Amino acid sequence: MLIAPPLVYALLLLALPLCAVVLFSFWTQDFMEVDTAFTLQNYREIWDSPVYLLLLQRSVFVSGMVTLVTVTLAYPVAYYISFNVAPAKKSMWIFLITIPFWTSYLIRVFLWKVILGYNGVVNSGLVGLGIIDEPLSFLLYNVNAVIITLAHAFAPFAILPIFVALEKIDRSLLEASRDLGEGRIRTFLRVTLPLSMPGLVAAVLIVFIPTIGDYVTPELMGGAGGKLIANMIQTQFLQLNNAPLGAALALVAMVCVTAIALVFIVLNRRWLRRQV
Amino acid sequence: MTALIQLRGINKYFGDYHALRDIDLEIKQGEFFSLLGPSGCGKTTLLRTIAGFEDPSAGTLSIDGRPMAGVPANKRPTNMVFQSYAIFPHLTVAENVGFGLRRDPRSKAEKAGAVKDALEMVGLGGYGARSAHALSGGQRQRVALARALILKPKVLLLDEPLSALDRKMRELMQVELMKLQRQVGITFILVTHDQEEALVMSDRVAVMFDGQIRQMDDPEAIYTRPRSREVAAFIGKMNFLPGTLHSSGEGVEADVAGLGRAMIPPDRVTPGLGSGPAVIGLRPESLAVLFEGETTTRRTVEGTVDEVVYYGDMTYYDVRIAGVDEPLNIAMKNLVGRDVLEVGTATRVAWDERSLVPLAP
Repeated sequence: MLIAPPLVYALLLLALPLCAVVLFSFWTQDFMEVDTAFTLQNYREIWDSPVYLLLLQRSVFVSGMVTLVTVTLAYPVAYYISFNVAPAKKSMWIFLITIPFWTSYLIRVFLWKVILGYNGVVNSGLVGLGIIDEPLSFLLYNVNAVIITLAHAFAPFAILPIFVALEKIDRSLLEASRDLGEGRIRTFLRVTLPLSMPGLVAAVLIVFIPTIGDYVTPELMGGAGGKLIANMIQTQFLQLNNAPLGAALALVAMVCVTAIALVFIVLNRRWLRRQV
Repeated sequence: MTALIQLRGINKYFGDYHALRDIDLEIKQGEFFSLLGPSGCGKTTLLRTIAGFEDPSAGTLSIDGRPMAGVPANKRPTNMVFQSYAIFPHLTVAENVGFGLRRDPRSKAEKAGAVKDALEMVGLGGYGARSAHALSGGQRQRVALARALILKPKVLLLDEPLSALDRKMRELMQVELMKLQRQVGITFILVTHDQEEALVMSDRVAVMFDGQIRQMDDPEAIYTRPRSREVAAFIGKMNFLPGTLHSSGEGVEADVAGLGRAMIPPDRVTPGLGSGPAVIGLRPESLAVLFEGETTTRRTVEGTVDEVVYYGDMTYYDVRIAGVDEPLNIAMKNLVGRDVLEVGTATRVAWDERSLVPLAP
């Protein structure tokens, strides 16, 4: 039998690691050894312990907020580039939007620390202007900081798919809507928004799915109260040497993301059908 | 009765580009009016100005006595059939047709009935539930028509509506559009680069070049009495022979290269064209090739068949005559029992003074 090389990569790079994670999640750690007897004990432990569920909840909330903030801010930017920027300058705008990628993600995170820190740009600015007497402490080392940093980091990922979807809209459809009696706002709601929905859905998924698994940002920006499920998975694997429990947590998080993404897609389809 | 649409001194600039030059136009209620011209002549810009998608740089436009300055497209009593049809791909056929009825005060059931009627009117009864992207070109066009006509506009604007259809479909839709226009009694303004389309469907045609209306007449006048060489060359085929005009008390006499002298019939004299060098136009079907043994009361000139193009119902002959560089193009109906002449055959070309269209050089 001939197996195409791409299939081999796919198996090696995607299926194999996933199988390993699944397999590990049904094993247990017995001090230094891994006990390979099949058991659901890891899952039972996750279900029984409030800390894992709390972390999972918080992760979903943070990802949801990041997605909301990112996509809400990205849509107007994509709209502006698609509809208001001269065609010859569009690629330059898209290029400018990708400039943050030229620096390492870690450097961008540390820059946010400089901006949001106790003696950071925001605080010293506000104090200097006399708006506040004491630096604000809720800016850094909590969930807000994680959301701000992630939203900034994922903005280009959200702008690009929305921009592409908007670019594909035949401009004569917007004129047709105007011609048929609708003003700008109604035209946006009845034509532009539904037709850009594939891009919006892509943006939501592209932002939501990876942010749930992100652990660098909460590690550096989240402080004690801003840790997420990914930090716990990392702790289990590297610090507590409990790979099976870490694997089970990873799988639970994955199932959650998949379920939420599917519900989102289904709801979106139904909403689109109602938009007449 | 005053005109339904009045344009006075409309000018449009896109930057330095002068797209419309001093357009004066009146269109009557119920008229089928065509804007005809090559691409880039400004005809679509003019249509979009009437629709409200372009603001004129100068001049006034009024529809039904109401000035349209500052009135946006969604508030004008016009609806448009776009060149691409602009059918909303995310909606069904019925939703497309009913798109403009949102603010209509009628009940949901009445609106659904109106949509159904509109679809039946364009021959798409029963297509309402179909998804719009599953339609053929001809069906899309019908949906676009129904969507515009359901709003009962004062004016329906059609931007090259038939150019995306194949030939058979186009001919069918020409007839259907004419019927529909008579049936609904709405003023139609059609933009087209296809002279046949304009001649077939319109009550009046405006021929545009370089942002100007060069001639505005009924189709027959446009075809038989073009006022300029540009219009003559654009509408159908035309032979052009150099000549001289002599204006006198008895009328206008033309001295045509290769053919000789002839009086121009008074109704064929192009206004504003006096004595002097001119170009004489001859339509291919106003000339005839004489077959062997055939006689005619018309004047004739000797020639040789240079090229034969066979079309089935017609044959186009290029016949070379003495004293003219270009051969004359002559259209002949193919009759039963009459052979098509071969290249190189010596023949005679029949013509008379009614074949001549005097034009400025």
